[in-house]
Amino acid sequence: MKTTPLHSLHCDAGAKMGVFSGFDMPLFYPLGVMKEHLHTRASAGLFDISHMVHIAIFGESAATLVEKLCPYHASQQNVGTGRYTFMLNPDGGIIDDLIVTRLAEDRFLIVANAGCAEKDLAHISAVSAGWKAKVVVLPRGFVALQGPQAEAVLASHFDVEDMAFMSAKEPQEGWLISRSGYTGEDGFEIAMPVDECAAFAKALVDDERVEWIGLGARDSLRLEAGLPLYGQDLEMDISPHEAGLLWAIPKDIRTGGSYIGAQPLADAVAEGRKRMRVGLLPEGRPVRGGTSLKNEAGETIGEVTSGGFGPSLDAPLALALVQVDAADDPIFADMRGKLIPMKRTKLPFVPHTYKR
Amino acid sequence: MSKIYYTDEHEWLKVEGDVATVGITNHAQEQLGDLVFVELPQVGTKLEQGDDGIVVESVKAASDVYAPASGEVTEINSALEAEAALVNASAEGDGWLYKMKLSNPDELNELLDADGYQKLIG
Repeated sequence: MKTTPLHSLHCDAGAKMGVFSGFDMPLFYPLGVMKEHLHTRASAGLFDISHMVHIAIFGESAATLVEKLCPYHASQQNVGTGRYTFMLNPDGGIIDDLIVTRLAEDRFLIVANAGCAEKDLAHISAVSAGWKAKVVVLPRGFVALQGPQAEAVLASHFDVEDMAFMSAKEPQEGWLISRSGYTGEDGFEIAMPVDECAAFAKALVDDERVEWIGLGARDSLRLEAGLPLYGQDLEMDISPHEAGLLWAIPKDIRTGGSYIGAQPLADAVAEGRKRMRVGLLPEGRPVRGGTSLKNEAGETIGEVTSGGFGPSLDAPLALALVQVDAADDPIFADMRGKLIPMKRTKLPFVPHTYKR
Repeated sequence: MSKIYYTDEHEWLKVEGDVATVGITNHAQEQLGDLVFVELPQVGTKLEQGDDGIVVESVKAASDVYAPASGEVTEINSALEAEAALVNASAEGDGWLYKMKLSNPDELNELLDADGYQKLIG
């Protein structure tokens, strides 16, 4: 099993560890998922996200290569900004969702999901063959500092007050700070050389406003923020249109383009989607991913893709993929024959507080 | 006189006469983390040893609690309906799940005692 540069810090902090994408990761600390979640929304939480993969693409053709891989105008992207996007397969399904940051005219950084790293790299290598661009995996320690106090805490280490949401900068060799995250809160993600990570994380968590936050609360925070998780809400056979991610594709290339998956996407946009991602509030109890959804007639109309409990919402919540023609009618979760009413609601469940 | 038994699925039973009080162990609640919901059986349900159908849910995951012995449910801890976290606060006390009238007390011979359970969890 793989470990991150912060593994011994988690153990010292008393974390309950568990396997995630092949890494031994902290699930929760002695504070517990509930308080970790609420602390992040009230103050600042520190997350070890070193399992994520940093892929650098650089060289003369870097921008056009990114435009081939991802459906957006990478060559028009401002240096020092990041963008939420994905790689599509030739059938228009999602290979992985990503943040792509432009660090220089000819240099991009892709941050990918740990569980998708192998197939992402195979795909990028195959596509980039013969291009004037190099693809290199960077060994990095990676932490997220999230919550209303994140800026104040990080400001004692770096000059970050003037950074807007999704802006990024390299304060020193091997370091990258971006104003981003996956909790719905304002915050930062900070990458650095592996051997500098533990000391920096320790300095952050020594601040009394900061608590360690495990994967349990990371999941409940992103779920409340309505953010999809690859492997649950996103899969190879789910299109961006179905996943509710069309907003991430510029309008002019939704009907065609030179990126991989452009034609199936254009077809899907023209035909309209049959399934769509929705937010649901289960009545009375949590309903987990994989649970089948029914209409009033008892017909299967979809499936919960992620479900759990939202500590800030103080209620159970779920993301689901449902048939478009059934999405406005009553929906029930089938829990071993027991039908739980599911109330459709707007996403996100808890408003985002990004610094625009 | 009551006697406490444990299972290798991390349940405990406190047996008084032919009635057993059932819960999950303190070790189990530590592993699960903050509980937000407990699905209890209905009074009168007849359980066979090993049956599932009782579910404890943490923020992130649902876990089955298996019937540690056969019998009929006689009482449930309705305090858990409002406050599942009671199981975290007192797994082997106020956070009990249900009581059952044992139909086959011989099954208890297969279960662990406190020392055996302690060895299991290390």
